[in-house]
Formats: sequence, C-alpha cells, structure tokens
Amino acid sequence: MAEVSVIRSGLTLALIAAVCTALVAFTYRLTDERIAANEQAWLEQSLQPALSGLFFDSGVSESVMTIPAPHDLPGSDDAIVYRVYSGETPVAALFVVSARDGYAGAIRLLVGIDIAGKLTGVHVLEHRETPGLGDGVESSKSDWVRQFDGRSLGDPAVEGWKIRRDGGAFDQLTGASVTPRAIVKAVKETLLYFEANREAVFLAVAGTDDEADE
Amino acid sequence: MTRPTLIDRFKTGLWHENPGLVQLLGLCPLLAVTSTFVNGLGLGVATLSVLVVSNALVSATRRLIRSEIRIPIYVLIIASLVTCTELIFKAWFPALDRSLGIFIPLIVTNCAIVARAEVFASRNPVGSSIVDGLVMGTGFALLLMAIGGFRELVSMAWLLALLPPGAFFSLALAIAAKNAIDGRRRHRRAHAQPRRSRLINR
Repeated sequence: MAEVSVIRSGLTLALIAAVCTALVAFTYRLTDERIAANEQAWLEQSLQPALSGLFFDSGVSESVMTIPAPHDLPGSDDAIVYRVYSGETPVAALFVVSARDGYAGAIRLLVGIDIAGKLTGVHVLEHRETPGLGDGVESSKSDWVRQFDGRSLGDPAVEGWKIRRDGGAFDQLTGASVTPRAIVKAVKETLLYFEANREAVFLAVAGTDDEADE
Repeated sequence: MTRPTLIDRFKTGLWHENPGLVQLLGLCPLLAVTSTFVNGLGLGVATLSVLVVSNALVSATRRLIRSEIRIPIYVLIIASLVTCTELIFKAWFPALDRSLGIFIPLIVTNCAIVARAEVFASRNPVGSSIVDGLVMGTGFALLLMAIGGFRELVSMAWLLALLPPGAFFSLALAIAAKNAIDGRRRHRRAHAQPRRSRLINR
C-alpha cells in the first residue's frame, strides 16, 4: 500500500509540474516578441542622451561590440561599445562602463565620444547612490552631467579632470563629492582609452564590412 | 455559525486580518518597494493577481493532492504564476518592471501567498478561495499604496522617508494607527452598549 501511495504522489507531482511548465511556456510564447521589442526600444532610448547633435543613419544598437575584461576602461566587468556610423564613416562611439569607486556599488555610465574625441554626452544608467545627495548625477534630477558635453582631453587638460574640491575643473554636488569624483574619473579613463584605441574600436566592424564588400 | 457575507469578507481582508498590518506577512517586499505610490500599486496588483490565481488553483486541486506533497505543489503553482506575472509585466508594463526590479520574481517568497494557500484555499471551495485571494490581495495592495503614497509625500519635506528607515517608521505608524482606531472603537462600543452585544459582535 505504501508503495502505491508513493507512486501516486509522484505521478500527481509530475502531472502538476507538467501543467505548470505548459502554463509558463504558453505565457512565454505570448510575451516573447513584445519583451524583445521593449528591450530594444529601452536600449535605443537610453542611448539617446549620448547621441545629441550627431548625424547618423545606422541602427545604433546593432553595432554593439563587447570588450571583455580585463581592459583599460573603468570597471572590472565586460565593457560594451556601440559604434555610430554615418554611411561608412565612423561618427562616434558610445561606451557603457562602470565607475567602481562610488559611494554604494558600481555606477553604470553611458559615455558618448565623437570621432574627434569630444564628449557627446554622459548619462548615468544605473546606480545605488544616496537619494537626495549622490543621485543628482541622474539627468532627470539635475543638470550636473551636462557639464561634460563638448569637453575633451584637451579641455580641460588631463590634470584638470577632477572635481573642484580636488583642484580640478568640474563641479561637485552639494553634499556629495564621492559620486561626482568617481564619475569624473571614469569619464577621464574612458577618454584616455578611446584616444589610445580609436582605430581598434572602429576597425572591428570596418574590417568585417570590407571583407563583405570585396 | 452563519456564513460571512461578502462585505464581512472584505472587512476581514482589508482591516481585521490585513496581511501586512495584522498578520505581518510579506513585509520584505512591503518595506523594500514602497518608496513611491506607483511602485506600491504595481507590486500590489502583481501580488493580488498571483494570490487570486494561486488560491483558485490550490483550491481546484485540493482533492487530488495528498497532504505529504502539498508544499512542493504550492511552490510549483506559485512559482509558475510568478514567472508568468513577471513575463506579463515585462511585456506590457516595462517601465514598472524596471522600477520594481527583483521584487516581481520575489513575490514567490511572499509568505502571505503560501499562507492563504495552506490556511484557506486547501480547505475551501474554488469560489470562496477566489474571494479570499481577492480580499487579502486587496488588503495587501492598499497597504502598499498607502505606505508608498505616504513616503512619497513626506520625502518632499523629509528625505529620510525615502530611505530604508523611513519604510520601517511608516509601517510602524500604519500599525499604530490601526491599533489606535481599533482601540477607540472598542472603547466606544463598550461604553455605548452593555456587554451582551459585544459578545455577539465577536
């Protein structure tokens, strides 16, 4: 008798597991396409702040390239680069990097740099900084990140890439200097990386394009 | 014992046995996401729908399930429902899904849901279990919205309300307010009427 009841319980469990799996599979089929479209739209939308004033015609999110860690960019995880082209000509590169020395965990940053090495925009994608203090770096909360627009490694010179409290050229936030300091440093490191690896960054796709054309 | 009316059931879920205020269940998501009204509403609706459907399914299968395997089956049912809810949120409410983040999948650990499955749905017919899910879920959702709205308002003047301590203070205030109202009501009733009617009300 005991064996029969064990088998019966096992079968009930298996049956309910199968029904539940079918339910999840059905919902997945139903939502799959919408979720992919939403994620694509969200990505394009979150890249917008770093694309201001650029002329480009390629789908930005398709030109993605991953730079595996370790690399010279800020952050210890893989960095992501979106290359922006106008026709065949490279226009800008958008880096997704993380500043590791924030107040609470990594700060995910989107750093847009045009082909001449000028910043097209900096945007904080994700952070866990203190609400009301460090979160002024969010573009929805204050204009703080706008001070990077149009800056480059010559403007100010490399030594000036610090917050004012440390003798640099960039404003800190009232009551918060750790977060701005981390972001200024990460943006500077991204610019340095771009200057050293400009060809390599754009070549990865340019190379495959050439092969396809010839 | 007479059967409780629908209104009585709602009173129970929303007030007398509110999962958050009285049973003190599901406090982890309650404390974590209630920084705004909209977040509270989002998680409240998600929890409510999982609770209603899980109650319905647990109740519908209650004769099939032997008591030794009931817990794994609750876990299976609740986990699948939460996964479906997460997919639905991702597909139709992407912004809400982003701001609630991990707390949608974490509904699976909300003890209020497993508690209702065990205490109510496994012993009552489907219709009644759906009503139970509805009233308990609504009670929980309203509390989430109230605390979310309260913290959002207070944070304009006092930032602490938005930080984790603010969540604890707000919940404590809500529970204290409920107890105060209950206490005053009991006091008034005791003075207005003699004992007999109090016993009947119980």
